[in-house]
Amino acid sequence: MTERSLIKRKQSLNVVKSSQNITNAYTLANVSYAYGDIPALQDVNISLAPGKFYGLVGPNGCGKTTLLDLLVGSREPGAGALLFKGRPLGEYSKRELARQVALVPQDFNIGFDYTVEEVVLMGRHPYIPRFGSPGAKDLALVAKAMATIGISRFAQRYVTELSGGEKQRVVVARALAQDTPILIFDEATASLDVRYTLQIFNEVRNLVQEEGRTVIAVIHNLNLAAAYCDEILFMQEGQILKSGAVADVMTSATISEVFGVESEVRFDPFSQTQQVAYRYWP
Amino acid sequence: MTKKTYSLLLAALALATCSAILVSATMGYMQISSEDIVRVIWAHLSGNETVLAGIDQAIPFVVMDVRLPRILTATLVGGGLALSGVVYQGILLNPLADPYTLGVSSGAAFGASLALLANLILPGYVSVPLFAFVGAVATLFIVLHLSSFNGQISANTLILSGVIVGAILSAGISFIKYLADEQVAVIIFWLMGSFASRSWLDVALVAAALVVGLGITFYYGRDLNIMSLGGRSADSLGVETARTRKVLLLTASLVAAICVAVSGIIGFIGLIVPHLMRFVVGPDNRKLIPVSVFAGACLLLMADTVTRAVLPAEVPIGVLTALIGGPFFCVIFRRRQRRGR
Repeated sequence: MTERSLIKRKQSLNVVKSSQNITNAYTLANVSYAYGDIPALQDVNISLAPGKFYGLVGPNGCGKTTLLDLLVGSREPGAGALLFKGRPLGEYSKRELARQVALVPQDFNIGFDYTVEEVVLMGRHPYIPRFGSPGAKDLALVAKAMATIGISRFAQRYVTELSGGEKQRVVVARALAQDTPILIFDEATASLDVRYTLQIFNEVRNLVQEEGRTVIAVIHNLNLAAAYCDEILFMQEGQILKSGAVADVMTSATISEVFGVESEVRFDPFSQTQQVAYRYWP
Repeated sequence: MTKKTYSLLLAALALATCSAILVSATMGYMQISSEDIVRVIWAHLSGNETVLAGIDQAIPFVVMDVRLPRILTATLVGGGLALSGVVYQGILLNPLADPYTLGVSSGAAFGASLALLANLILPGYVSVPLFAFVGAVATLFIVLHLSSFNGQISANTLILSGVIVGAILSAGISFIKYLADEQVAVIIFWLMGSFASRSWLDVALVAAALVVGLGITFYYGRDLNIMSLGGRSADSLGVETARTRKVLLLTASLVAAICVAVSGIIGFIGLIVPHLMRFVVGPDNRKLIPVSVFAGACLLLMADTVTRAVLPAEVPIGVLTALIGGPFFCVIFRRRQRRGR
């Protein structure tokens, strides 16, 4: 181990120790990750409190999806410490973690003819014993999730026959059926029209406000992020550039720094939120 | 499909397989009645020789030492290839994958060709399957090594690595054929697959592989279902995707390797049977695996019986399955396209 990595490790442990008295959903200290020689995340330091809606914002290829992969445990950090509810995330089994965190991925392709209901039922996988069958509670949660997202009427259709937007809603319902305190969305409303986008964001917002769930969502639409999130994390080149309450960090200066576009952020009386207006024709 | 319909289907397929074994045993150069077959098997199992009274002396030998080993090997290889096909299609998320996608067949063919070329000191019936098996397993590990990165294996890199390694090995086989001179016919015949002169050792080998393979794939059956959502989703649903994928790939490949080592290269069973059964029982692997094993067993046995006892001259089984399976597959493929999937 080089001196540099030893010092870094010591620093990560210090950060971890100082934050242990608060039970954060996640604590990341000097977390880095690389694909071979290509760095994707560099020294990420963030703490995510429970019961909040976090928006993860940044240009394409800045490491958002990699960060989410680390949070759901499908990749392990190359360096640094990643704590989930005060314990190193690597100490949780996949099954334990799946009862805590649900992921709605960006892309959804299924090669086989499962019905919508069967796919949503897969959300109950972490709760059903290996050779067991789904119980009444599982089936009730599946029905509730499908009703919430409004897909009950095509429960028996094959997912392979659905449109992109319909598939996306199936995936959201599956994550709701997983019934976890933490929900992670990776640009999950990208293929939805405005009606369904708002429907899903409203549902998710309700889960945060009424049930105290934590949501971490990659959102490209800055206006949606401003309207629904409690806090925004701006990412750039594998690092968290700025994070904080919408009013504090959603500024034209930050947007210009991160995306290189000219904009104005102002309070919109109709939506009662901060909204971003862009200069479309430079 | 309801549980009851499924159970009925499974029972029907099991019955069909048993009947096919019995009927196949009656057919051949010497016609033997099914009653005599049952008597011979019963005498063998119970050790009671008196039931054989009045039966031609050659019959017990033909049934026990010639026909049954071949029939059972064909049946078990059919089941093994179908099992392997289900797993490959499930893991690679590709209904067009088969047990040979990762180059297991090319590796086995290369190993067998090498053994046949070198005319190894060990008797042929040991060295050829042994070399075929070693070739298949070595290829599998090379392909797995080539396609893993950061501890993860993606379906696309697996298929690509299989194609690359397979192409290199095919060139190697061509070179061996070029060097082989008089032996070239033997190599070509091995490559086309055959169940002729199989022994009880072959039956035992394939049976052991199939039982272990069935146990492991059944254990991971639901995980395999979840993995059809893709690696990231499966991970987030509590499946140890990387480990499960490796265990299942290894299991399916080893079953396929043993089948290939025993019988040569038999195509289309591992591709078509899972595909067809998925139409009938749906994609749930826990249902798909048992019915595919029986259907594969039944189908390959029937094909082998046709080439052994119906056709005037024995056509290599690999050629026959491809000749029947190919057009059949074209039909399925077109139907699928018409349904827009």
